[in-house]
Amino acid sequence: MAVNNTETMTINMGPQHPSTHGVLQLILELDGEIVVKATPHIGFLHRGIEKLSEHRTYHQTIPLTDRLDYLAPMSNNLGYVLAVEKLLGMTDEIPERVQRIRVIMAELTRLKSHLVWLACHALDIGAMTVFLYCFRERENITDIYEKVSGARMTSNYFRVGGLSADLPDGLEQEIRTFAESMPAHIEEYEGLLTGNRIWQKRTIGVGKISAEAAIDIGITGPALRASGVDWDLRRDNPYSGYEDYDFEVPVREGCDTFDRYKVRLDEMRQASRIILQALDKLKPGPILADCPKIVLPNKQDVVNNIESLIHHFKIVTEGFKPEPGEIYQSVEAPKGELGFYLISDGSSHPFRMKIRPPSFVNLQGLPQMVEGRLLADVIAVIGTLDIVLGEIDR
Amino acid sequence: MTPEVLTLSETPWLFTAAMLIKVIVAFVVTLLIVAYATYAERKIIGRMQTRLGPTMTGPMGLLQPIADGLKLFFKEDIIPSQAHWFAFIIAPIMILAPAFLSIVVIPFGADFQFTYDGTLYAVPLQITDLNIGVLFILAMAGLGVYGIVLAGLASNSKYSLLGGIRSTAQMISYELAAGLSIVAIFMLSETLSMRGIVAAQQGPLWGLESLSFLPNWFIFSQPLAFLLFIVGSMAEINRTPFDLPEAETELVSGFCTEYSAMKYALFFMAEYANMITVSAIAATLFFGGWAGPFYGWINFLLKVFAFMFFFIWIRATFPRLRYDQLMFLGWKVMLPAALVNIVITGIAILLW
Repeated sequence: MAVNNTETMTINMGPQHPSTHGVLQLILELDGEIVVKATPHIGFLHRGIEKLSEHRTYHQTIPLTDRLDYLAPMSNNLGYVLAVEKLLGMTDEIPERVQRIRVIMAELTRLKSHLVWLACHALDIGAMTVFLYCFRERENITDIYEKVSGARMTSNYFRVGGLSADLPDGLEQEIRTFAESMPAHIEEYEGLLTGNRIWQKRTIGVGKISAEAAIDIGITGPALRASGVDWDLRRDNPYSGYEDYDFEVPVREGCDTFDRYKVRLDEMRQASRIILQALDKLKPGPILADCPKIVLPNKQDVVNNIESLIHHFKIVTEGFKPEPGEIYQSVEAPKGELGFYLISDGSSHPFRMKIRPPSFVNLQGLPQMVEGRLLADVIAVIGTLDIVLGEIDR
Repeated sequence: MTPEVLTLSETPWLFTAAMLIKVIVAFVVTLLIVAYATYAERKIIGRMQTRLGPTMTGPMGLLQPIADGLKLFFKEDIIPSQAHWFAFIIAPIMILAPAFLSIVVIPFGADFQFTYDGTLYAVPLQITDLNIGVLFILAMAGLGVYGIVLAGLASNSKYSLLGGIRSTAQMISYELAAGLSIVAIFMLSETLSMRGIVAAQQGPLWGLESLSFLPNWFIFSQPLAFLLFIVGSMAEINRTPFDLPEAETELVSGFCTEYSAMKYALFFMAEYANMITVSAIAATLFFGGWAGPFYGWINFLLKVFAFMFFFIWIRATFPRLRYDQLMFLGWKVMLPAALVNIVITGIAILLW
């Protein structure tokens, strides 16, 4: 028998690589084009958000959460704000209008995040046109962001107990028009990809992960639902009034890249459905809870009313102080379960904040999805996992 | 009066002058098309992707290719310290030269006739009519591989190496299929000269008067060969969906990762020059060359541009194939199909 004198080649994919979606570094051991071993190295974007929050009042941490998953800032805002509200025990006092607007913005964020995912995923596999189509629609969502919060990416829109501002005039109609146009746009993307033989060849059977393995690792979100596990926090552990809406949770059994793609597209359709329902249910009302010790009073009261002035002074200078205790609150972010674990020691800063980012957990599935496959599949799998390094490194 | 064909022995001065003019015109026109193919690609793909493409340099961005060229020309020309400098320098030249050389045998118009000193002369609008024209083209296409392989090896970078390996495998396997598909063409034309192949495509289809609304182009008698040739040549010129050697998102531009300045521009020019060559070959072999409703070379250019538009369109539509799928398609689908096509053509020629 001839001696098989081959050796593997180690290749550093990233942190400067166009397809690692940020600063992920993958140490790949290649046998020709076949991946023998893949080791993700993370931490290039570490900013210490969890630690920073220990030295800020609860309100001051909201802008930091924008920078977690910077493709879906409002979902992070929502998760954090809900956690603080739960810690304060004021979950039931959130006005209805606030709940509706939060759902609208969270679902718009889901669309925004999935659009970037589809754009980059398709571009990685070589379909350039879909990229620009997706960004065309994303631009509309960014405009809506700008109108509600003043910022196009780091929105910082939700507040503990409400919102920073009401929707500007005419925006409801704009959101409605956009949500109504979305299904047609999704058809357009599907027209370019779903039936495309090359797209199917590149995605079907690629990056398989069984339901058991996915649960073992803790994969959540569309990646889990494409492996046949019917689990969506919006339905199974509702928050922000998600129980009021009629939507389906798309589940597929294929466990592969193609099914994850289909699940996400179906989720986008459902997201526009939820937005339209929430718009129908949206009624005028207050946009802040009636909790004077937590929520900033309006400027008129501060000037005219001594109590409001005192509250304003106290909230601005030292913030509010929740009772000692610890809570965990999670939301169904576009990428999976985003959880905030807060411990309060009775001061105005959290004693500890732990974030459970979906991308971080989902990334752990990567090695077993790519090992033994080809180099090109690594790109497809990174795309299909929909990771964002801001969230992984925190 | 039958025109006299210029030859080196009979009319040396006229022949040399005509030759020089043809060479210069063909070269300049090709270069211009190369420059503006980049512009056209950006504009067309831009339109398909809801963008505008270049707009700022000159009217409608028309000076963009020149601006790009100038910019790359003034860039620092980096040779990585670990690279093999000679191979590194020669590689882009080895890609570009064969791409232009193939133009030599392409007939781009009907004979040009003129009277000099009372004699009527005819100049074939083709730089040279090699009697092995098709073989020459295949040889030049084969030479182009060396450039990419050398670029990949000489760069001494792992991504470039992978790109080089990919392109070797890809070009060899697809050249085979594309080459075999052409075999069916010269079985029909019974000549390897490009001029002869164009001549064989004149007249109504299969010489039947009842089919006189269709020209006798080989696309009608050899549709399968045409398909194989187009797919094979798309793979040979590394365009989407076969752009694996330079897969931007996988290999960070593959074989030309380490290249900069004018050397990078040469790769770029070679890609477009190859596109023109392949379009010209396809037009000549399957679409009757310069034959058509307009004046000779106009027909030819129109056909070439139509093919180039097709390639650009494909790029805006398709994702990229994977390495193993590419090999599968090349060896297990296209090669057998080309062989079957040859056998069927042979039987058909025997019977009729």
